[in-house]
Amino acid sequence: MNDLILKEVARFLFPFIELYGFYIVFHGHLSPGGGFAGGVVCGAGFILYTLAHGHKALYSLLPRHIWTFCESAGLAFFIFLGLVGIFVGREFLANSSAGFPLGRTGELFSSGLVFLLNLAIGLKVASTVTTLFLNLEEED
Amino acid sequence: MLTVKALLLLLLILCALAVSFTRDLLSAAVIFSAYSLIMATVWQQLKAPDIALAEAAIGAGITSLLFIATIARTRRYEE
Repeated sequence: MNDLILKEVARFLFPFIELYGFYIVFHGHLSPGGGFAGGVVCGAGFILYTLAHGHKALYSLLPRHIWTFCESAGLAFFIFLGLVGIFVGREFLANSSAGFPLGRTGELFSSGLVFLLNLAIGLKVASTVTTLFLNLEEED
Repeated sequence: MLTVKALLLLLLILCALAVSFTRDLLSAAVIFSAYSLIMATVWQQLKAPDIALAEAAIGAGITSLLFIATIARTRRYEE
């Protein structure tokens, strides 16, 4: 695909789509959305970039091994955060009972563990959705 | 407001029927994406904004992209 309008629009829209995805991930515990929906929006932004510029341009932005690393790192980060509860003697994914400060209602850095869990899920989902499309794109 | 909801549900049923009766798979993928967008609006009307966001991102975005990428590798018309 070699279309000037598509390329320029994709180059213009790409940062805004990523910003919106990050907004949904970071405000997952305050407003609708969360790690999954935000991660999918981020992945859709990367897919739009791949459609317009080809997968070689995406790999010069972020190489292949970083995508596979992000997939594993998101899952490992989530499990590590869950195990923190067990290490302090509570149940898996324990939040306030494991000693995380809850903060105030409506504040961005509140609700203890949930903020970091959303971040882990967002990382995992965004990289998985993008590699899913890249595997189809790369085959020829 | 009731008229808008009835219109949305009618469009939803029309899109669902059109997907199953279309022989052109690329058109079917695009109609399915429109179905997902209407479904996201219906979820929002049912006071489930979380599901609406997920439906709009996954149903209208990722699923149709994967369908179109698959159609590009296989046939476009159903036999």
